Amino acid sequence: MDMKVTKKKLGLKDKYKLMTRDLGWEPSYHSKDELYPYMNYEGIKIHDWDKWEDPFRLTMDAYWKYQAEKERKFYAIIDAHAQNNGHLNLTDARYLSALKIFLQAISPGEYAAHRGFARVGREFPGVGPQVACQMQAIDEIRHAQTQIHAMSNYNRYYNGFHAFADQRDRIWYTSVARSFFDDAMSAGPFEFMIAIGFSFEYVLTNLLFVPFMSGAAYNGDMATVTFGFSAQSDEARHMTLGLEVIKFILEQDPDNLPIVQNWIDKWFWRGFRVLGLVSTMMDYMLPKRVMSWREAWDIYGVENGGALFKDLARYGIKPPKGWDDAEKAIDHMSHQFMLGLYQWSFGTAFHAWIPSDDDMRWLSAKYPDTFDQYYRPRWEHIKKLAAAGTPFKNYGLAKLCQTCQLPTVFTEPDDPTLTCHRETVYKGEKYHFCSDGCQHIFENEPEKYIQAWLPMPQLFQDPVNGDLGEWMKWVSLLDGKDNGDYAGSEDQKNFEAWRGLATTNQ
Amino acid sequence: MTVAAIKEYLAVPRDRVENFHGKQLVYVSWDRHLLFAAPFLLCLPPETAFRELVNGPLAMLLQADPDAAAIDWTKVEWLKSNQPWTPDFDASLAANGIGHKDQLRLRTSGLNSLLAA
Ligand SMILES: [Fe+2]
Ligand SMILES: [Fe+2]
Repeated sequence: MDMKVTKKKLGLKDKYKLMTRDLGWEPSYHSKDELYPYMNYEGIKIHDWDKWEDPFRLTMDAYWKYQAEKERKFYAIIDAHAQNNGHLNLTDARYLSALKIFLQAISPGEYAAHRGFARVGREFPGVGPQVACQMQAIDEIRHAQTQIHAMSNYNRYYNGFHAFADQRDRIWYTSVARSFFDDAMSAGPFEFMIAIGFSFEYVLTNLLFVPFMSGAAYNGDMATVTFGFSAQSDEARHMTLGLEVIKFILEQDPDNLPIVQNWIDKWFWRGFRVLGLVSTMMDYMLPKRVMSWREAWDIYGVENGGALFKDLARYGIKPPKGWDDAEKAIDHMSHQFMLGLYQWSFGTAFHAWIPSDDDMRWLSAKYPDTFDQYYRPRWEHIKKLAAAGTPFKNYGLAKLCQTCQLPTVFTEPDDPTLTCHRETVYKGEKYHFCSDGCQHIFENEPEKYIQAWLPMPQLFQDPVNGDLGEWMKWVSLLDGKDNGDYAGSEDQKNFEAWRGLATTNQ
Repeated sequence: MTVAAIKEYLAVPRDRVENFHGKQLVYVSWDRHLLFAAPFLLCLPPETAFRELVNGPLAMLLQADPDAAAIDWTKVEWLKSNQPWTPDFDASLAANGIGHKDQLRLRTSGLNSLLAA
């Protein structure tokens, strides 16, 4: 049947009203508490959900249109990249280690963020935050998918990309990012919003995405750059949501302040630990470096973070408790991580390497107070061991932090020559930590963190029971292909051979 | 409250000693020898003599450090759970009071080749 309807165009204001706020209703045969059972137990008091300001006034129909347009552009560029052997434009295949870590640890985090926002969008009674969370949930699953698609072309040519889903679940270093998101997802809706919406998206995300996307651009990885552009407008929306959430909560009731401050302290420290891996990428893994981790921290941590907390001071919010300890760790952490990644590289689905003389000169210049004094002697010794045909492999495995799940590679805040040892006993069991920050988080909610699935102790339990070969099978790690030193790897040989074919007449 | 939850919530720790089929975990580290990025995790039966832990897995792991050959084991200072402690080399881990997931630290004053002056 053909029917001509004269479509009347709605004004933006009416459209927003009809397509967001009007979607809510007053329940008649269930109580509000039954409908929204997770609203009270965290102690946060909200008196009026209508006070929620929606900074974007974006409606679902407009959202779909924008996102579909971005997808079209994204996939057109990704296809062109694959067809034109974009992988040979990389500065060097060492760059791929950073990408592999990203795919195994961070892209699954996007998916986790999707699940988290889908859940809290259901839990909040206000229509404004419901719609905003729903959009962010869709953004995050799109991020996971587009990242996987952007990197899939590398999987056709290089090792270490083929089993990121198994590795997300089972390999050791990914549990750092996974436990971070699991912790947030198993918290209440308000804590999730402070953890992911505010602390991660607002305070820390620039330290992850700016160096990562610039790193991709500097090193010829157009696939990842394309993803970055496609996610940029989403990130702006996420950051605004994160800031709106914290202001809204703090304005609703003065009793909310200590609870929120406690979450900021916790999630700043957890986020800072996860981002430790980015420090190593910036200082060691990018063949063409963007800036040092120290320089990135000065801009995105000290300057931007400082301004933010100054702005929040009018609500009574103080900078996170771990801020000073973080500052003391900045000139050490990338070196401490890379030393670990190198000596445990038999168990990583990416390659590590000994920094070249050139690399070490750069590191001395960027870290004049720490590199030559503490880290260069270790690398020089490791270089000697490799030259003697006895490359350094540390089969001792590592003590992990019960909270952040990182190997306890960190030193005392005021003594870089001494490992930071922290432990506690809870209900007769002993637990270890990498730092005071992680110990405090545990002691606030021990019953949560005693359940941590720590991959190193797990290696000695069922089903692997201490057999390294079995463990490699279990985590889908191909020994001699995915792991070990970059020098002599298949990735190195293949990249050099293919690039040779593309750039010479041999 | 030991966890924020809507009702009473009791968890089960993942790394209880029963899960290790008769063995236990011991963490060992060498103070101020940071070529080793983190304390070692060892998994051994509690009946293991302390001497076996030292001469076996520990000595093997420490080899990579240039000071390893110069360690005088009769002069090493030990810490257990960050407190000064003296092991009996001939007694077992259990008899030495080394529990599941205990952290041992050794100190060798004067030995420090990889720390630039
Ligand atoms: Fe995202
Ligand atoms: Fe930690």
